[in-house]
Amino acid sequence: MIYMDNAATSMKKPKEVIDAVVSAMQSFGNAGRGVTEASLDAARMIYDTREKLADFFHAEDPTRIAFTMNSTESLNMAIKGLFGEKDHVITTVLEHNSVLRPLYECQKEGVELSILGCDERGNISYKEMEAMIRENTKAIVCTHGSNVTGNLLDLNRIGTLAKKHGILFVVDASQTAGFFPIDVQKMKIDVLCFTGHKSLLGPQGTGGIYVKEGIYIKPLLSGGSGIDSFNKQHPKQMPGSLEAGTLNGHGISGLKAAISYLEKTGIEAIKEKELQLMWRFYEGIYQIPEIKVYGDFTTSYRCPIVSFNIANLDSSRVSDELSFKYEIATRAGAHCAPLLHEAMGTKSQGAVRFSFSHYNTEAEVDEAIRAIEEIVEGYRE
Amino acid sequence: MRQKEKYIVVTFHSTTEAMAMEKNCKQQKVPGRLIPVPESIAAGCGMCWCTKIEDKETLDQFLKETSLSVQSIRECLI
Repeated sequence: MIYMDNAATSMKKPKEVIDAVVSAMQSFGNAGRGVTEASLDAARMIYDTREKLADFFHAEDPTRIAFTMNSTESLNMAIKGLFGEKDHVITTVLEHNSVLRPLYECQKEGVELSILGCDERGNISYKEMEAMIRENTKAIVCTHGSNVTGNLLDLNRIGTLAKKHGILFVVDASQTAGFFPIDVQKMKIDVLCFTGHKSLLGPQGTGGIYVKEGIYIKPLLSGGSGIDSFNKQHPKQMPGSLEAGTLNGHGISGLKAAISYLEKTGIEAIKEKELQLMWRFYEGIYQIPEIKVYGDFTTSYRCPIVSFNIANLDSSRVSDELSFKYEIATRAGAHCAPLLHEAMGTKSQGAVRFSFSHYNTEAEVDEAIRAIEEIVEGYRE
Repeated sequence: MRQKEKYIVVTFHSTTEAMAMEKNCKQQKVPGRLIPVPESIAAGCGMCWCTKIEDKETLDQFLKETSLSVQSIRECLI
């Protein structure tokens, strides 16, 4: 199988990630619960991973990173734990449902929501974003990279904007953590939500949240913390405040190995390879008259994603043909990004999404191009 | 059971602080180890760093120079 659905999850993981999970499952106790060697081994590994993630995202210190099961959990924590009645929040049509649905729920509780649109290439206007800020605006919540078009947002610019107006900046880095360098301090990010299983190359069920010093997020969950057991309230101190219950130590061990792999390989080198494969694919298909590609391909400042449609063919049919006949894994449909598909006019057709890994090869890309050419030929007949 | 002895005990607000202490002490060769917090001490975190009384000076020097966060430092019969 040729796997080109890396925006959903990076299926191929470095061997050291798999080895780390297996090893952890053979030896780890429960981190932070007791002081036996088995428990300490798990706690040491979790601390090391926290430290690595803090370095990776340039956080002030490791206590600002809490582990979650994925971006969705992190985003729910941030959105539901920060906003209340009469707060105004700005977001964009580029967002995934993991941002939109928690915001819609907050809207029912009295949070006011403004949703910024996009142009025909899927780009937002930063001027329009600034114009949306009003007296009761509490935050801008947005994605770093669209999981449909692959377009990147300029976090430096939005962070500066947010600071200028004294509002919070919450970022969904699902598509970019591990692919694009993120510096939370330089980019003036207050809360960063990330998943471990996409470009960070870790196991599914791992993820995290960075919370800037001085910001308190009311926890979604409370329970065992391993500390302060006789307090009726869950501890308010990061990272434990957002880590009720036993952590996914086995998965986090894999995540640690994944970050070491990224450090060793270099995320710039990985980015370059993935974008090169993306451009090869794009160049191979965009001139086919029946093909319409979505997103901004005037720049390399983007994620390695190409979403398109063939004439009026149902994207699910095309993706199924690619899977069943050519054994190429892609993703069709709405990609959990309803507002962007509405903006692109693809609500019913969806789009076929190819997303690349540095483990893909040029030969695989060429095979994918040939498959699409054949499907188009079939459509013409 | 072994006889109780006097130790320097450092407590923490959180497990993360305790793990940072252990890692840094190991790196800088400060003697000691993590143990469960004795019942005589009230601490946020269930583990504490304990160092023999004869290594007090090394520990004090380390704590003076570090930016690590701790909850309390005391002598204790363990």
